[in-house]
Amino acid sequence: MKVGLFVPCYVDQMYPEVGWATLQVLRRCGVDVDYPVAQTCCGQPMANTGCSDQTAPLAKQFVAIFRSYDYIVSPSGSCISMVRNHYGEFFGDSADYQHVRERSYEFCEFLHDVLKINELPGRFPHRVGIHQSCHGLRELRLGSSSELVQPAFSKVQKLLSLLEGIEFTSLQRPDECCGFGGTFAVAEEAVSVMMGDNRVADHEQAGTEVLTGVDMSCLMHLEGLLRRKRSPMRVLHVAQILACDDGKTIFQ
Amino acid sequence: MTNHAVLAEQFVADKPRAHWHDQALWFVRAKRDLAAKSLPEWEELREHASNIKAHCVSRLADYLEEFTRNAEKLGAQVHWARDAAEHNQIVLGILQKHRVTKIVKSKSMLTEECHLNPFLERHGMEVIDTDLGERIVQMRREPPSHIVLPAIHIQKEEVGELFHEQLGTDAGATDPQYLVEAARKHLREKFMAAEAGITGVNFAIAETGGFVVCTNEGNCDLGVSLPPLHIACMGIEKLIPRAQDLGVFLRLLARSATGQPITTYSSHFHGPRPGGALHVVLVDNGRTDILRSDDFRRSLNCIRCGACMNTCPVYRRSGGHSYQSTVPGPIGSILSPAKDAAKHDSLPFACSLCGSCTDVCPVKIDLHHQLLTWRGEIAKRGLLPKSKTWGMKAVSFVLQRRRLYEWSGKFARLSLRKLPRWMIYNRFNAWGKQRELPSAPRSSFRDWYRQQPKNGADKKES
Repeated sequence: MKVGLFVPCYVDQMYPEVGWATLQVLRRCGVDVDYPVAQTCCGQPMANTGCSDQTAPLAKQFVAIFRSYDYIVSPSGSCISMVRNHYGEFFGDSADYQHVRERSYEFCEFLHDVLKINELPGRFPHRVGIHQSCHGLRELRLGSSSELVQPAFSKVQKLLSLLEGIEFTSLQRPDECCGFGGTFAVAEEAVSVMMGDNRVADHEQAGTEVLTGVDMSCLMHLEGLLRRKRSPMRVLHVAQILACDDGKTIFQ
Repeated sequence: MTNHAVLAEQFVADKPRAHWHDQALWFVRAKRDLAAKSLPEWEELREHASNIKAHCVSRLADYLEEFTRNAEKLGAQVHWARDAAEHNQIVLGILQKHRVTKIVKSKSMLTEECHLNPFLERHGMEVIDTDLGERIVQMRREPPSHIVLPAIHIQKEEVGELFHEQLGTDAGATDPQYLVEAARKHLREKFMAAEAGITGVNFAIAETGGFVVCTNEGNCDLGVSLPPLHIACMGIEKLIPRAQDLGVFLRLLARSATGQPITTYSSHFHGPRPGGALHVVLVDNGRTDILRSDDFRRSLNCIRCGACMNTCPVYRRSGGHSYQSTVPGPIGSILSPAKDAAKHDSLPFACSLCGSCTDVCPVKIDLHHQLLTWRGEIAKRGLLPKSKTWGMKAVSFVLQRRRLYEWSGKFARLSLRKLPRWMIYNRFNAWGKQRELPSAPRSSFRDWYRQQPKNGADKKES
């Protein structure tokens, strides 16, 4: 099984430690991982602005790079949702795209659904608050959403629970949006910040020490708010927790 | 039209009020969750409702004719209006024929959409909204800010002041019981004096020719039981095929809207009451344009429960008026651009694409996907601001060229590390107004990866 690692553009540039942690965990699980350096971006910023013409070449580039892998794994629910749910208009019935679409997995989803791992060495004795990023939750169904009448589940929490000593905080609004939303974060800055502040306050009242999630984009927004007010709450991508090492020493 | 973001920023500027508004609507959302979870078959009901609507819309013309035949058999007169102007003219004609000038109206988003009140007032009529929330916004001379809770943006102290000025209640009174009683007395006088009652329609049934109006205050029944003339105005998408379908929708509507098992009153009308007259006005006003569109057809499923507004994190923090359209929130941001895309071009962007609306919708409208589709439409029609168009062209250009991307990334990281703070955090940086940017690392992930020995063996691991 050959896995192609997709590291979203902004993670590659701003959060290399998250890409590194993803790679470490996958390798520890015995996966043969390759990172094709020709990759850049899935095209989501353009797509979410409505610019199809600017998205198409990036979608084509993505499929051309990743079509030869058995699986494509990425530490981002949002980018995987882009590939899985929003590339259709650029490809029609293309077999390459169908392959890429069916074989693209968000990192936790891959560990949970494909590798089906049920043990992971490591200790993380902290109170962890999970931010359920919307695209992971409602587009990829990594967990149950509070609007639907269905049994509660969370693939992310199930994986994190494998670590020794980890505790989870419970929120008043378990899956409200943080307000990042791509260009929304700047185009609707006031609402975006209020949404983020409200999420932060919910985690504060719940006693979250470490805030985590599957999308660094949401976490970048929340971390930006936390750092501005000099909060002691730490922000880590779920891959960094599963790797039990934030990897920062390598990159700073 | 003012950009949604500008009005939203003004709303958010009053932090305590924005917080109160968010909490008030979240309370309704939480009640809805409890009500939905009381039905184990909730998801099946949603699926069923969505299928009924899809079927009905696919044969809308036939069902409308069936409804008309059956309604006429029951003694109602049915009118067809192509648009808002025709609708208003028809209603005015009926009222004038009956020599009527005093009208009471129960809640109808359709008549709001057609701006019926100001039209009738220009023709010398008095139209009184009898739903308490609607009466409050009518007295304030402003539009509703929510389709189910029209005065949700107003606090009880403000209602006290308004009633003091216009109804003569005690100055400074804020007790809801006292204020409601004053409104009740005021409205009773209007009901007694009314010569005609106008209502909306929640569900019209093709099979029977009857229709149902759902209210919590009983104002619909009072409004059409006292005066001899009843005019019911409905959008053509309000139709359902059979009487047995009604149960599906009544179970979903109030639970989704307010968390009640059912509205206090579900008033069924089958023809005029003895000695009275009943007119039903069927209104298109852009609905068949939506019907023609594969992308947006499902928005006609909407039963106007307002659940998408209550759950929308943006609506809750920007208020209904920031949308500047009769129907605000997620569903409004789909319907309004369908009417006039240039006028409402910022609405599909007043959304973080969180998808909560899609999951909460009782008739399974894929709201956030339709909002995303609208963004594409707006771009196609050349309505995107130049800054966005050129910005995205530039970003895409860079991202299609790996080396340029790598160089740009390196440059951006270096700038973030080396530039003085004032050059990064200034009025051109909307992100940095209230947030820090991430601290830039020296090397990117790919820089590190390239330094690793080939064949994937990783020094760090061993």
